[in-house]
Amino acid sequence: MSTLHTVNKSPFERDSLSACIRLASKGHAILLIEDGVFGAMAGTDHSDMVSGAMKDATIYVLGPDLAARGMSEDRVIDGIQVVDYSGFVELTAKHETCQSWL
Amino acid sequence: MKYSIMVNEGPYTHQASDTALAFCKAALEAEHEIFRVFFYHDGVNNGTRYTVPPQDDRNIQKEWSKLAEAHDIDMVICIAAAQRRGIMDADEAKRQGLDGDNIAPGFRISGLGQLIEGGIIADCQLVFGD
Amino acid sequence: MAIKKFMFVNRKAPYGTVYALESLEVVLIGAAFEQDVSLAFVGDGVYQICKGQSTDGIGMKNFSPTYKALGDYEVTKLYVEKESLEARGLTLDDLMPLVWEDEDDDYAEKPSIRLVSSEELATVFDEQDVVLSF
Repeated sequence: MSTLHTVNKSPFERDSLSACIRLASKGHAILLIEDGVFGAMAGTDHSDMVSGAMKDATIYVLGPDLAARGMSEDRVIDGIQVVDYSGFVELTAKHETCQSWL
Repeated sequence: MKYSIMVNEGPYTHQASDTALAFCKAALEAEHEIFRVFFYHDGVNNGTRYTVPPQDDRNIQKEWSKLAEAHDIDMVICIAAAQRRGIMDADEAKRQGLDGDNIAPGFRISGLGQLIEGGIIADCQLVFGD
Repeated sequence: MAIKKFMFVNRKAPYGTVYALESLEVVLIGAAFEQDVSLAFVGDGVYQICKGQSTDGIGMKNFSPTYKALGDYEVTKLYVEKESLEARGLTLDDLMPLVWEDEDDDYAEKPSIRLVSSEELATVFDEQDVVLSF
């Protein structure tokens, strides 16, 4: 089975992203939304953890939440794909289950 | 795809309700079905019609009500969570001896079984919260 | 009605927020619908099932005894992530001894708590149909 995980918390505030990465299986997808988008940025204390996770999982970030926070797509970690809400819907349709990390 | 959505936070304090709304709109746009939206924890506060944000702000309650009407979405407020937080429909207000109700159009109050049933019936269960 | 695998993921401590209590209320309803219910305790969620909770001093109801009743509702799969427990300096002995009675085995009491590694828990998550997070 394949799961879409969503993470909506900044990795600087809570352990949602690290817990998600620890407990997601190979081949799963992780979508960063709301304050979770800060986890997608390059050059932070958490970037190495996220880059490491990309060996096993595909990581996406919600563009409208990046833009709202003034985070440029240019500064997103290489390999993370930016999607909009319709991309979010497509991801849920592509996976059997969704799991939220709040 | 048939979706069941759970919203665990009220409007304005957390983004959860806004994100859930935007997701539902995008899913409907893509011709998917939103079978049910279940409001739990502080999420029940999305369903009071006494929500009056400033004119330059979005009215989240009205947006939910509009969406429910346009797409025939079953929007359920959890009764136990609602009673704790003062969200009432007319029947419940009468039963509790209160002087009025505050539930918004398109919302109904029911039990947690509706959440489980949503999970059983839908192809995809999503949770928006804090 | 179809039977699905429902997983309730608890990642928050009790009392500071309402999530633990209201999650437990959903679990009981899920069991009443005769679904295949599991619970996971991850991160601060492990504090929900610690022994010796006493709420007299904070004016809130101590709902920890409800976890002991889960076995009676045939909720017998409580997964605790070992890494989360260890990170908090806790062991199994710090958790409530939660059990269920196996009617197929002369009502023998069996432990409901399953201490699992992150890797094992990931496999359990992977088998679920519906995941509700609190």
